[in-house]
Amino acid sequence: MHDVTLIVNGVPRHARVPARRLLSDFLRHDLGLTGTHVGCEHGVCGACTVLLDGQPVRACLTFAVSVAGHEVTTVEGLADGERLSPVQRAFAECHGLQCGFCTPGFLTTVTAFLRENPAPADDEAIEAVAGNLCRCTGYQNIVKSVHRAAELMAEEGP
Amino acid sequence: MTTKLFGEPVRRREDARLVAGNGRYLDDLGAGALAVAFVRSPHAHARITGIDVDDAIDVEGLVAIYTWEDLPEGVREPLPLLIPHPALTHGRTAYCLAKDVVRHVGEPIVMVVATDRYIAEDVCERIEVSYEFLKPVVGLENAVEGPNLVHDDVPGNIGAHLVQEVAHRDGRATRDVIAAAPHTLEFRLDIERSACMPMEGKGVYARWDADDRSLRVYSSTQTSTSVRMAIAAKLGLPLPKVEVIAPDVGGGFGVKIVHPWPEEILVPWAARLLDREVKWTEDRREHFVSSAHERAQVQHVRVGFDDEGRVLGLDVEILHDHGAYTPYGIIVPIITSTQLLGPYKIGSYRVEFFSVYTNTVQVTPYRGAGRPQGVFCMERTMDKIAQYLGKDRTDVRAVNFIQPDEFPYDQQMIFQDGRPLIYDSGDYPESLRKLKELIGWDDFPRLQEEAAQQGRKLGIGVGCYVEGTGVGPYEGGHVQVTSDGRVHVSTGLTSQGQGHETVFAQIAATELGVPIEKVSVVTGDTRRFGYAVGTFASRAAVMSGNAIALACRKVKEKALQIAADALEADPADLEITDGMVHVVGAPSASIPLATVAVLSNPLRYAFDEEAKRATQFATGGSMEKPPVAEGQEPGLEGKDYYSPVRSTFASGMHAAIVETDPDTAEIKILRYAVVHDCGKMINPMLVEGQIHGGVAQGVGGALYEKMAYDEYGQLLNASFMDFLMPYVTEIPKIETDHLETPSPLNPLGIKGAGEAGVIPVSAVVAGAVEDAEKIVIDRMPISPSDLYALRDSSRTSGAVSLLRNTQ
Amino acid sequence: MKPPSFVYHAPATVAEAVEALTAAGADGKVLAGGQSLIPLMNMRLAAPGRLVDINHVAGLGEITAEAGGVRVGALARHAEVEASETAFAAQPLVRRALRLVAHPAVRNRGTTVGSIVHADPAAEMPAVLALLGGSVRVRGADGERDIPAAEFFTGPMESSLRTGELALSVFFPAAEGGTAIVEVARRHGDYAMAGVAALVAPGHARVACLSVGPVPVVVDVTEAGGDWARAARLVQEQIEPEADIHATADYRRHLTGVLAARALKEAADA
Repeated sequence: MHDVTLIVNGVPRHARVPARRLLSDFLRHDLGLTGTHVGCEHGVCGACTVLLDGQPVRACLTFAVSVAGHEVTTVEGLADGERLSPVQRAFAECHGLQCGFCTPGFLTTVTAFLRENPAPADDEAIEAVAGNLCRCTGYQNIVKSVHRAAELMAEEGP
Repeated sequence: MTTKLFGEPVRRREDARLVAGNGRYLDDLGAGALAVAFVRSPHAHARITGIDVDDAIDVEGLVAIYTWEDLPEGVREPLPLLIPHPALTHGRTAYCLAKDVVRHVGEPIVMVVATDRYIAEDVCERIEVSYEFLKPVVGLENAVEGPNLVHDDVPGNIGAHLVQEVAHRDGRATRDVIAAAPHTLEFRLDIERSACMPMEGKGVYARWDADDRSLRVYSSTQTSTSVRMAIAAKLGLPLPKVEVIAPDVGGGFGVKIVHPWPEEILVPWAARLLDREVKWTEDRREHFVSSAHERAQVQHVRVGFDDEGRVLGLDVEILHDHGAYTPYGIIVPIITSTQLLGPYKIGSYRVEFFSVYTNTVQVTPYRGAGRPQGVFCMERTMDKIAQYLGKDRTDVRAVNFIQPDEFPYDQQMIFQDGRPLIYDSGDYPESLRKLKELIGWDDFPRLQEEAAQQGRKLGIGVGCYVEGTGVGPYEGGHVQVTSDGRVHVSTGLTSQGQGHETVFAQIAATELGVPIEKVSVVTGDTRRFGYAVGTFASRAAVMSGNAIALACRKVKEKALQIAADALEADPADLEITDGMVHVVGAPSASIPLATVAVLSNPLRYAFDEEAKRATQFATGGSMEKPPVAEGQEPGLEGKDYYSPVRSTFASGMHAAIVETDPDTAEIKILRYAVVHDCGKMINPMLVEGQIHGGVAQGVGGALYEKMAYDEYGQLLNASFMDFLMPYVTEIPKIETDHLETPSPLNPLGIKGAGEAGVIPVSAVVAGAVEDAEKIVIDRMPISPSDLYALRDSSRTSGAVSLLRNTQ
Repeated sequence: MKPPSFVYHAPATVAEAVEALTAAGADGKVLAGGQSLIPLMNMRLAAPGRLVDINHVAGLGEITAEAGGVRVGALARHAEVEASETAFAAQPLVRRALRLVAHPAVRNRGTTVGSIVHADPAAEMPAVLALLGGSVRVRGADGERDIPAAEFFTGPMESSLRTGELALSVFFPAAEGGTAIVEVARRHGDYAMAGVAALVAPGHARVACLSVGPVPVVVDVTEAGGDWARAARLVQEQIEPEADIHATADYRRHLTGVLAARALKEAADA
């Protein structure tokens, strides 16, 4: 067993877990942050994507013990208190989600993407979400949401 | 603020919690529950000769191991055959845990309960099951022709055989009509397997309350009421002691309408036995090999037609792959057979299907539920007739269309709900006109020619369909206005992302004249509404939408009566706007709906200021009448059901332009256009969302997805690495246009929209690739490797090159 | 789909890592990015008894310009190598190839050295290393050695890395001439059905093909003399593609020819 402490959404969080505990399960079951979803557990679907030191990674392909001490941002950490982030609001506004199961992975991915590319062209917006599977939306409104989030961020400033 | 929200693109009420990570899906519940994993068969067909758990029992954290031998009466019988049909002479279903023979890779054999899923899987690895191998049956034609049997007592592996025939109006049989037709064509079509593949797999979480002798079960299901009845029956519990709740569900697309899944019985059973909370969360590999697939059919088609392309007779023989079991009956091939006719008047029609067992995962409905196969057949037929006669493909379709003045149109068959296949309304010529305009059909030959001059290969395809939606038998709605003015709506069917919380709130807000913010909606919770059928067959909006509207109308009638007494007005002169009941044209003579709710419930005790108005010394009224009038009930609430005489038929037409790479044989959809008619739209934004998602699944089925079984019955692509669900990069932008031809069958004039998008895509893409390549496309999906092989064989043999008009 | 148990080592230095790996013997496995290993473990297709996690080892993430090329450390993530101007300046093919590797979230965690050591014949980076004639620097109990790419890949998922050895870095030569990589995958980001990396220099041309043999297949096409259609035929003669559920052997051979011609032309024009 290993004592693992991560900085999750800005707060140090600790649990004692076996080395094999996947980061996805660590967040969901050991810390109770169930917003990160698990869709395939082999790194293809992207539902479990979280930000590790600001960069999107597959939580299902990461051992929690291996990233001890690092910063993790989950979907629960995207909003500013009660105020949803521009990316979250854009997805709601553009009907960028249906069942919502894959959505946390898209939200974290797009949040990191827009930080580095605040005004994406259409092909860049598509490329940004190209590693996440969604079975409901057909993606069109997800791409629209990426552009809308960029607009909202530009309007609202940093 | 307007309260007329029906028809508006209202934003979803579900989203605030879902985008914040506050959704509650099955595995988000039951933090302390024990975890379940299964030993599943690694073989497609084998007799179990022994189960050895010696190596497993010492694993720390193990709680229990169960095999079929351990199951009590009720749990040890085969699972129910949900939809019996006289033609399903040899229906077979699985056991919760395999009894003696396993019939597909993935069939559950041993159930393991442990403190967490990691440990449960460790235990599974240490359990040794020994087998005597039996010959696997894989592939439709092998099943029919070969000597090997999936079930010993099902000769020829044929579970069901059904012939349906609609003779020519002059009484001649279809085959005679075809024989006498001016032109005939005969061909074979193949469609491969795919699967619903929701992003969230199945899952069950059960809590037994030993003090109360009651069970609460959460299941990622499309039908919580039916799961409840199944659990109560199987476990021998009184129905009122079982509650089943569908929490947020991460997609369904059909696979979660099947019930009870073995786990839906086993998990509650174990929870009661162990008196511990127990949870099973299906992982992706389990979902591939132990849930359900769909689509695979082989079709043999003969068609007779006249010089105009009018179909005089159509004769279709279908081999339908049912996998190892038939828990959902033969709904899929029945839908294929009946919906194959689409928007057309077919002179005479004979359809015969054989539903065939194979040693593969069972087949149950996947979005579209047999229609994609039927539409593939009909639309390929239309394209072939056009090609043969040298006519425009849309002209051949148009000449066969049912005309707008011919509704209701009786196709003279029995539909999947056991009711006549009578189309209620539609306007197919107008749909086609809009589609041709949207995609630029008439201008396409010029584009194609220009592209050809640059060495590019473009093709265009078109496909039409009619979809029976809103099948019965019924759904209900309950609406309650509480004394705070809030409106609580519940219905028994479940939600998997369709936006029911939003559209049902729109309906209630519109019907009652209240702000939508005051309305809350609960679905799929048997504590709130016990009678329901489920969410499938594009039926939720039609069925529960109308039921909720009818329930609201009851509530409204009652509210107006109470308000009329209070305002000393005639109820006929009252209306409700923005939560205020008032005299039409005189907003000052008004009473809040909240107050009406207070007055509706005569009280003895006041619990707050508002409640005082309803207490016995505060209300006036006649001393000769009881406080609750005869025939009335306390409270401002109402319940009603909607039970349609038959289904309502939505329709649509799609067109696509594709480009094929002359060198690599890659296939790219450049444009995709949809014209859709689901009657009056409650929320056009959500209808479009349904279409987008459906088309994306259709593109998956046309170009990417298949279940690749080898001859031993091993599924070779049971992962997202190799089962190619499309990413954003594989899906074209979808252009949409709508018609709104109301249904005359229901109060709201609506038709279902859930499945539509997926239905014609394979037919459309096949037609477009054929147009680009001038090679016959009769087998879907098609990959670059497939197209390369077709090009190769058409070069060498010419046998598959396009038919020519031989007149 | 949960991974089996293992004993976890988190060495802080290369020496400790090598020591742990040596002690673990055949039961040991290095964990770097984990993007190939962990899926296999989640499916229980791999069950190493001991994992030596090098993520805490200092100094392995460097991307360094060296004479005649660029050296990429074992902990350099694909995304870092892709973004590295040092790597791009030395050998632009590395960036172009990395953009074809899976998806960004996988590239953020996966390492270039890990991908090469994994030795998947369908992967891009082994083909790139093979094309350029690079090398892998490894350290074991007996010290360091450089293994040339031509000797490194020995079979599907097999390399000449010995038990107890840790791959420290790979070296991509700044080969003279133009380079290109093209591939056809079923979906964007998937392993390619076929792909070709090409190098065209004055008086020399060669390609490395992926997904058409047990290892990256390097074919010298200098003799085609700039006739890329002829070069494509030479390549097709040298490869031994196999069928899988996504593509027939015939199609893979055809596709490799098409892509070889495209890659060579692009490299020649570069």
